[in-house]
Amino acid sequence: MLHPLFTPEHEVFRSSVRRFVESELAPHTEEWEREGRFPDWVFKRMGDLGFLGVRYPERYGGQGGDWGHAIVVAEEMARTGSGGVGMAVAVQSEMATPPILKFGTEEQKQRYLVPAIRGEKIACLGISEPNAGSDVAGIETTARRAGERWVINGQKTFITNGARADFCVLVTRSDREAGHEGFSLFLVDADAPGFTVSRELHKLGMHSSDTAELVFDDVHVSADRLLGEEGKGFVEIMWELQGERLIGAAGTIAGAQLAFEGTLAYAKQREAFGRPIGSFQANRHRFATMATELEAARQLTYDTALAWERGEYPVRQISMAKLYAGVVANRVVNGCLQMFGGHGYATGSGIERAWRDARLIRIGGGTDEVMREIISRTMGL
Amino acid sequence: MSATRFETIPRFGLFTAEHDELRDVVRTFVERAVRPHVEEWEAAGDFPLRDVLAQAGTVGLFGAKVEPEYWGTGPDLVADAVITEELARCGSGGVAASLGAHKDLAPTYVHRYGTEEQRRRWLVPAVAGQSLGALAITEPGTGSDVAAIQTRAIRDGAGWRISGTKTFITNGDVADFVVVAATSRPDRGRDGISLFVVEPDSPGLSARRIETVGWRTSHTAELSFENCAIPPESLLGEEGSGFGSITERFRWERLVMALSAVSASEATLDMAIAYARARHAFGRPVAKFQVWRHRFADLATEIEAARSLTYHALRRYVAGAEATPEVSMAKWFATELDWRVADEALQVHGGYGYMMEFPVQRAWRDARLGPIGGGTTEVMKEIIGRSLGL
Repeated sequence: MLHPLFTPEHEVFRSSVRRFVESELAPHTEEWEREGRFPDWVFKRMGDLGFLGVRYPERYGGQGGDWGHAIVVAEEMARTGSGGVGMAVAVQSEMATPPILKFGTEEQKQRYLVPAIRGEKIACLGISEPNAGSDVAGIETTARRAGERWVINGQKTFITNGARADFCVLVTRSDREAGHEGFSLFLVDADAPGFTVSRELHKLGMHSSDTAELVFDDVHVSADRLLGEEGKGFVEIMWELQGERLIGAAGTIAGAQLAFEGTLAYAKQREAFGRPIGSFQANRHRFATMATELEAARQLTYDTALAWERGEYPVRQISMAKLYAGVVANRVVNGCLQMFGGHGYATGSGIERAWRDARLIRIGGGTDEVMREIISRTMGL
Repeated sequence: MSATRFETIPRFGLFTAEHDELRDVVRTFVERAVRPHVEEWEAAGDFPLRDVLAQAGTVGLFGAKVEPEYWGTGPDLVADAVITEELARCGSGGVAASLGAHKDLAPTYVHRYGTEEQRRRWLVPAVAGQSLGALAITEPGTGSDVAAIQTRAIRDGAGWRISGTKTFITNGDVADFVVVAATSRPDRGRDGISLFVVEPDSPGLSARRIETVGWRTSHTAELSFENCAIPPESLLGEEGSGFGSITERFRWERLVMALSAVSASEATLDMAIAYARARHAFGRPVAKFQVWRHRFADLATEIEAARSLTYHALRRYVAGAEATPEVSMAKWFATELDWRVADEALQVHGGYGYMMEFPVQRAWRDARLGPIGGGTTEVMKEIIGRSLGL
């Protein structure tokens, strides 16, 4: 029986995404993890298959679907066997580009959104800076008017897809005096003079996905690259983060679910003291606990998406779903690693990768601590 | 792919506007007939059960699962879930347990497995709130392991004689009828178990109230059957079918416990936050300290997760799915959480939390039963583990 978020049509769609992921992506996972990135053709191929625009209107090349479809993509991408590819694809289709549809002009949609949905242009989202992450209001990259143009200066870091993006949706401070009313979003082409990838960053996990530090040194952009309203960038990016967190929660749980299933299969065949380790009561109860917490996290995410589709703007629930998914996924993959014993600690089991990859969700998209701040504030605390 | 489909989906895929109206009705009943008296009843360790039962029956709290021909308003399991949630917020685990045990246990056995005559005799007055039911399965030596019960049922002419002891029976010493599990064929294990409806004036039946750490207003009793003679029409369902019936009913009982726990934990958290807002320490409200704000955020998050998990099980159950693993997950997760929330709520109250004059101690005592009653957390995890093939 399906959660009301999904219909049988979603399940048909799920099988087609799964077929693609298992046959065309998963065989390359080891290689991409080693190389620290996956090839650009993945974007193009997924664009051709219609997997990069599931929630976008058909007039922009999207599929006209809903959160159910987006969650299906996020969940099935976990079957690549690593978190990196799914994350990079989510940045493309569910993080960097939704603000273009929501706040962009028709010209901006044609220029950036349409090719992004096709997988012809790669997008990145520039929020974090060396000195400002979860505290978005603390960012220092500036945009100042210079006649008909804007001049951007600053630095962004931890930028997924940053090393190969064709354009960046950039959060800047356009009026230092105006506080939260002083932020603006821009669409910046990667080939704009003054835009450089200063370095690629090495990470604990998510190895298949490239992460970059970007420098903006007197980058001139025309007025038509202002995305949304001048001064409204903070509210606009807060809106973006809601979808980012929801999709992050869904992908994270799916990754942990796969680790759980692999571990369950292992525990049924691996013997110790004369019987399968899964048959020991302590392990049986640990699996029962993990299965329960995963189901709770998954249902919370689905219910949140359903509430959003029903017309609510469930900021508290989204923060809860993201926080809980991260905490549960980390606990589950850690429990899985323990079940694998020495094999879990050795690279190559897949579990150590799941363990490393899962760690990011508790930091990226707003830390656990920021989620708790948001939740407690919505509770009037 | 139509976006408008979501306009037709009720909240959580469960609750319609009619359910929201019902919620208001039940809430009003609780606010008027229960809440103002809770402190007095708890101090007395008892409450005017017959009176409250009759009022609740008039409002329709016991009829949501039952068809109109038996004086019910259903069957609508989602409506029944709404009633459960609102009763759980009444501020007294004992009152909620007494009314809830009546709503969800003995009469539902009669409804589901009884003959037409048995339904007229025991179900209809129970739905009306004119008669009180109790369910007797647990024994001094057998709790979660139902197949091991020792109470014997021996044929005596056309009727039966029951011998044995039942314990921890909610409403047991005050009920008008008790659904009793007994084995008529001990050699057959679980297939020897049958259900009987026993009335309190049956010869050989005696009851003794037991003191409990929580649920103080509700009557918990031990029932002794000494060659207790009951007539032929006492047998409920087919002889030997009791274990299957109990297993089937356990799912709803556990689901109801999960629903209650989510609702009660929410009420307890509200109580804790209200106190933390009013209480000052080091120059500001306790609720403004970040450690407490984050703790409250974590608890609220887990309550929301428990709610989603429980509604997942409820949706499946209502749709007719077997749902045993889902129900077992919801039951242990929600009841353990309710207990944890109550412990944190007690902590934020500081010394006052340890004093009997503050209601938080009651939430703490009442919540402790959740991970035990209706199948322990450990048994739930056994069931889930088995469903995973372990």
